Amino acid sequence: MIMAKPKPIEEIINEIKGFDKILVAGCNGCVAVCEAGGLKEVEILASALRMYFGNQHKNMQIDEVSLTRQCDKEYLAEIKDRIGSYDAVVSIACGAGVQFMTEMYNTKRIYPGVNTCFIGVTEEKGVWTERCQACGECILARTGGICPIARCSKRILNGPCGGSSNGKCEIDKDVPCGWQLIYERLKELGELKRFEEPVSPKDWATSRDGGPRKLVKEDSQI
Amino acid sequence: MRLNYPVGIRIVKLPCTGRVAVIHLLKALEKGADGVFVAGCMEGDCRYQAGNLRAKKRVAYVRQLLQSIGMEPERVAMYNLSSGEGPRFAEISREMAEKVRQFGPNPVKGKGVRKEKAA
Repeated sequence: MIMAKPKPIEEIINEIKGFDKILVAGCNGCVAVCEAGGLKEVEILASALRMYFGNQHKNMQIDEVSLTRQCDKEYLAEIKDRIGSYDAVVSIACGAGVQFMTEMYNTKRIYPGVNTCFIGVTEEKGVWTERCQACGECILARTGGICPIARCSKRILNGPCGGSSNGKCEIDKDVPCGWQLIYERLKELGELKRFEEPVSPKDWATSRDGGPRKLVKEDSQI
Repeated sequence: MRLNYPVGIRIVKLPCTGRVAVIHLLKALEKGADGVFVAGCMEGDCRYQAGNLRAKKRVAYVRQLLQSIGMEPERVAMYNLSSGEGPRFAEISREMAEKVRQFGPNPVKGKGVRKEKAA
């Protein structure tokens, strides 16, 4: 899922301090799982903002809403009758949610309340790590189910590099070397022969190098 | 034991401090409490193993948040004591009340920031 972390509250305060009526909008999708933008986080952020502006003697209204998802129009439409009364919205959905809300309510100012980080997994409660960079052409079948694009700091396709030491990456002793993980996995699978065939350069056109991406599934279209 | 502790203290009973969420502490302050303390069991003595340790982290988080919004972080505190320590509870209550008194009333109390249910 998509991971995010809350922006420093000072940054949010700075964006909205000139307004009188604010809606804090959460998303109960991915960002709720990583405890950055769900219902609970909406309550916490809105409460903290109300206390801050109360402390500043500013007469301000700060309301709360948490939508099922902010990346689907039908859920964004749930606030269409009331969004008009707000000066601005602080959306604590991922960047996609913030932008989709902006597109749908283009006369409103929509400010992001989180920093969207990566596509990842829950390692344990409160710990999330990156697993996918959405490169658009999955090579996991050739790398034992461990992604060199997401797990190798250099995204190299024929690793490991000289920066791998004792199974760790040179960027940080706590970061496992992605290629060491791939090596161990392929060894376990008895597929070390794969290392004898160099992997050809990747076509990055399916990744960000090809510009903003679009998916169309014709049989799903109405 | 007929112990005395400050009359302004309102006790919210929970089965374990592990149930204390960040929003509970914030709501208490937002609704006008001058300070909030969480009275958990002694560390290592939690019936549910780590409830008091979780509460401790949440209290630390709220203190950090209060600092960010310009309020005294010490308005929120965590204490550990056993259920048999009535005199200690009274002592902590007096200590907390005295600390909060030095800060003055909660600056948010009675201020005009409003909230309406949006959806």
